[in-house]
Amino acid sequence: MKFTKDWLDVHLKTNKSESQIIQKLNSIGLEVEKVEPVKNELSEFIIAKIVKANKHPNADRLKLCDVDIGKKETLKVVCGAPNARDGLLTVYAPPGSVIPKNGMKLEVSKIRGETSYGMLCSESELKLSNESEGIIDLNDKYKTKIGKSFFGEKKVKNVIELSITPNRPDCLGVRGIARDLSASNFGKLKEPRKSKVKKNIKHNLKIKIEKNKNQACSIFGSCIIRNIKNTESPGWLKNRILALGLRPISAVVDITNYVMFDLNRPLHAYDLDKIKNKITVRNSKKGESFKALDNKNYTLNKDMCVISDDEGVLGLGGIIGGERSGTEIHTKNILLESAYFDPAIIRKTAKKLDLSSDAKFRFERGVDPQSVNAGLESTVELILEICGGEVSKFDVQQIRKFKDLEIKFDPKMVSKIVGSNINSNEIKKILLNLGFTIKAKGKFLDVKVPSWRPDIFGEVDLVEEVIRIIGFEKIKSIEPEKKRTKPTLNFYQKHFHLAQRSVASKGYLETITWSFTDEMINSKFRENLESIKIINPISSDLNVLRNSLYPNLIFYLEKNLNRGFGDQAIFEIGPTFTGKKPGQQKTVVCGIKKQFMDDDNSLKNKNLIDVFHIKKDLVQSLIELGIEKDEFIIEDNTPSYYHPGISGSIVSKDGNFVLGYFGALHPKIILNTFGFEIFLENLVNYKSKNIKIKESLTFSDYQKSDRDFAFLVNKDSRAQDLSEVIKKIDKDLIKEIKIFDVYEGENIPSDKKSIALKVTIQSDHKTLNENDLTNITKKIISTVEEKTGAKLRS
Amino acid sequence: MSDFEKKILEFKNRLNGTQDSKEIESIRTDIFSKNGFINSQFKKLGSLSEDEKKTFASNLNKAKQELLEIFRSKATEVSDKDLNEKIKKEKIDVTLPEKEFKIGKIHPVSQVIDEISCIFSEIGFSVEEGPDVENDYNNFTALNTPEDHPAKDMHDTFYLDENMKTLLRTHTSPVQVRTMLKGKPPFKIIAPGRTYRSDSDQTHTPMFHQLEGLHIDKNINMGHLKGCLNYFIKEFFEVDKIKMRFRPSHFPFTEPSAEVDIGYRIENNKIIIGEGDKWLEILGCGMVHPNVLKNCKVDPKIYQGFAFGIGIDRLAMLKYGINDLRSFFECDYRWLNYYGFDPLDVPTNYRGLSK
Repeated sequence: MKFTKDWLDVHLKTNKSESQIIQKLNSIGLEVEKVEPVKNELSEFIIAKIVKANKHPNADRLKLCDVDIGKKETLKVVCGAPNARDGLLTVYAPPGSVIPKNGMKLEVSKIRGETSYGMLCSESELKLSNESEGIIDLNDKYKTKIGKSFFGEKKVKNVIELSITPNRPDCLGVRGIARDLSASNFGKLKEPRKSKVKKNIKHNLKIKIEKNKNQACSIFGSCIIRNIKNTESPGWLKNRILALGLRPISAVVDITNYVMFDLNRPLHAYDLDKIKNKITVRNSKKGESFKALDNKNYTLNKDMCVISDDEGVLGLGGIIGGERSGTEIHTKNILLESAYFDPAIIRKTAKKLDLSSDAKFRFERGVDPQSVNAGLESTVELILEICGGEVSKFDVQQIRKFKDLEIKFDPKMVSKIVGSNINSNEIKKILLNLGFTIKAKGKFLDVKVPSWRPDIFGEVDLVEEVIRIIGFEKIKSIEPEKKRTKPTLNFYQKHFHLAQRSVASKGYLETITWSFTDEMINSKFRENLESIKIINPISSDLNVLRNSLYPNLIFYLEKNLNRGFGDQAIFEIGPTFTGKKPGQQKTVVCGIKKQFMDDDNSLKNKNLIDVFHIKKDLVQSLIELGIEKDEFIIEDNTPSYYHPGISGSIVSKDGNFVLGYFGALHPKIILNTFGFEIFLENLVNYKSKNIKIKESLTFSDYQKSDRDFAFLVNKDSRAQDLSEVIKKIDKDLIKEIKIFDVYEGENIPSDKKSIALKVTIQSDHKTLNENDLTNITKKIISTVEEKTGAKLRS
Repeated sequence: MSDFEKKILEFKNRLNGTQDSKEIESIRTDIFSKNGFINSQFKKLGSLSEDEKKTFASNLNKAKQELLEIFRSKATEVSDKDLNEKIKKEKIDVTLPEKEFKIGKIHPVSQVIDEISCIFSEIGFSVEEGPDVENDYNNFTALNTPEDHPAKDMHDTFYLDENMKTLLRTHTSPVQVRTMLKGKPPFKIIAPGRTYRSDSDQTHTPMFHQLEGLHIDKNINMGHLKGCLNYFIKEFFEVDKIKMRFRPSHFPFTEPSAEVDIGYRIENNKIIIGEGDKWLEILGCGMVHPNVLKNCKVDPKIYQGFAFGIGIDRLAMLKYGINDLRSFFECDYRWLNYYGFDPLDVPTNYRGLSK
């Protein structure tokens, strides 16, 4: 919503300055978004001098002039006027300015191959006279004014732009703003001018609102004005229209726009002579179409509110008028409409048709239903003043009654909600000044809500009115109490926090990527889940919710590779989605690591990363998250996006919880890249079902002995299976098993490999003698051979 | 000079004359070993008279002590010399690179969420969460934003179905609804999380982070709201004084509603929070609308309280001087390294928020 101080003065008698007003508006909830000087359409035309009128290289009748506009450097302007000559003082129009004669906006353009920065003007182009033969020839008096505005610099006015919240349609009119200011002791709201217009002629156009289901229009007020002389608007009106950022069109159009912004009262003027027979306000039939004032054709659905005559649709009620019945500069007779349309229905229709207009913006927020007559009065008065003519009596069709809402209000509510004591007289005064009417009833107030405030429903709304006018700075701040009755984080949240920092401490940079991703990339990680499509994605490559964190991480890893970063370790902790219902999501910690192969770097090549690095990162993090190493086992079934031979899953020993995956990513997706995933909910669920109580520490001081074994096993056997078997042989004596060598090659059958392990044996009760050790060693060998088919290497 | 004395002298000379550790070892054997000089002399004792014995033994012990001392000092001298020579040869170019390591970092948004949680923890708020995918009811209707209301335009919503019933939450406020529906008042929670709006330009990203706050009890009023936010802002920016103003505004789910601005100024291209005459909008808040309480099965006649919503990314930008919102989500290696936080740098109450 835009306005100027002098416009505000029409409604408000105040001695406050513009800057005081701006500050006040902010503090009462009418946020000032911008304050900008008004664009005056003539201030851009500048007195200039042709320093040199050169011949245009490609056109005999054109000249390429060096023009002095009072700046350091001259400009090149192409000019066709015969009188363009060296030393001529004339008027220059810069790019961006609008030529008054034809409304054309100038741009930097090439004329016959030469760039022209603006234009030199004739008197007719500036609408000074009809002289169009040559460009303006100014006398020597102007010599000292080169660079100055030709029409003189007027005192610059500011446009104040407010960002009005959707609940305050009344402040989409200058009068509403004035009312709020007056309630804040910033002046007195002026009484509206009494109309002295005589309504002499007959309203002889039949108008009917059809009682359709969901009829958006409930009031249709109108009058006829005959014998007008539509014209260009006078200066004051033009300036107001320009201040709104609109273009002046003709007096009739400008006046209806002016009243809309003045009173938040949209109106529409029809060319009466173009209306066939009568006006019917009705719901549209499916497929009906019309050409709107924006020059576009619209085909309507069933049940959109249209204003029609016997020939068809004239316009979309409350949204936009039609071209067929639009007023023009030679329009003689008009029908003026001032109506009320239902906010929700207007909004639905406009949304369906993807149509926006100032009228729609207002009706969907709620126009004062009681302003139908005032709007007509105000508009008629201006039209008659500027265009002449005679006006008919007003015709108001109405199919619904509007009753002002009454609220039983306990003024103590204000203090209860605000927390500071507010005097009840002050409350009454504020509400009265805002247009509420009040009747005291015991300790309650019967408050009647003015018809222009569709946002007020109940007591709290009144509380807000009072406190926003009093000012939030009057509320006394209460220091918060430093008391905690509930833990800040729950069990899951603690693990989230810990997992995040644990993984980062392994050298991974935390990233945050979109929760959505490219369907194509995502499908490689989707497994058997369904794509979760976004109906209106921001772009086609962010069109599904992610089923995995990998797609985005890999995308950004590759972006960083292109930026020249070879070695990378990044991770994210966040949601992945399993379905489109609320709650169908899991929290995953996913890390990826890539090492840049640098053949020249012998220092680094000794320490290339492999699957065991990523496994280390994962296992270490799991341990830090409170999962002991003996609580899980490694399985080798992993999702298809991992390398089937170089990946594993970590599963709780009971087999119920997949805690994570790790491995090389599938080479079809990305080469030489390792990654892991931790499933946080699984981990937390496992932990809460397996709560461990830390027992007091005991350890043995008896001598411990190491025994090395090398077993020959099938090539596809797993080391874990060997150690699991050994562990179970004697849980008391076998303290540790360490795999220290895996060997394939010479001296070993080609389908076998050798796994060497060191077993630490120690008793908690005695020093083991040679005999004890021999026994356990024998038992280890025989059990392993028996249970796994391995053979001790001799 | 007796033979004995000559022998002693000879040993002394040999020890003094050598710089070689092997030689020293062989001298030691000659003197002190089982069959060495000293022991062989002691063996002579048996053949001596009592008087001679005494003198001889005393001389021998004296000589032994003397030789032992010379030997020890010589042995130390030579081993020191050897070690020094060895060390001299062991010079390594320690300017060669250390073993490779990587320093991980915590994203500034995560760090700021931890900082905020830490601050609100002090005054008794606990953390709640809700799903990223929401239904229309929790995101709008329950929050007093009716169907076909222009207030909905302020949220450019991503929808997951044609009927526009499931969506990506446009704010963290639905967590209010979930929290109240599953529990009983009083409520005192914060809810950080991802939020989504279909908007993308210099200052908007389709995903961003919000923090919801909710405090409902029997007598919670706007004074509490003001005090709570004042405390939070001061703690968060780690300043003693803060300039803050409440501007009336409109959110369907609060009444009265306000936006909160903080005062700042620019000094040497840096933003100084808490002073100056410029204002920056940082959050929206208000008293929870009775309709919202009713929708959440909380009796508005008994309970009232406040709610607020903070843009987390925005706060991170302000506190840590990050200019471009979009950079938060671009995962640029340099950016993550530069703006990220050490994982050990956990914000705590006793140590303070930032290092």
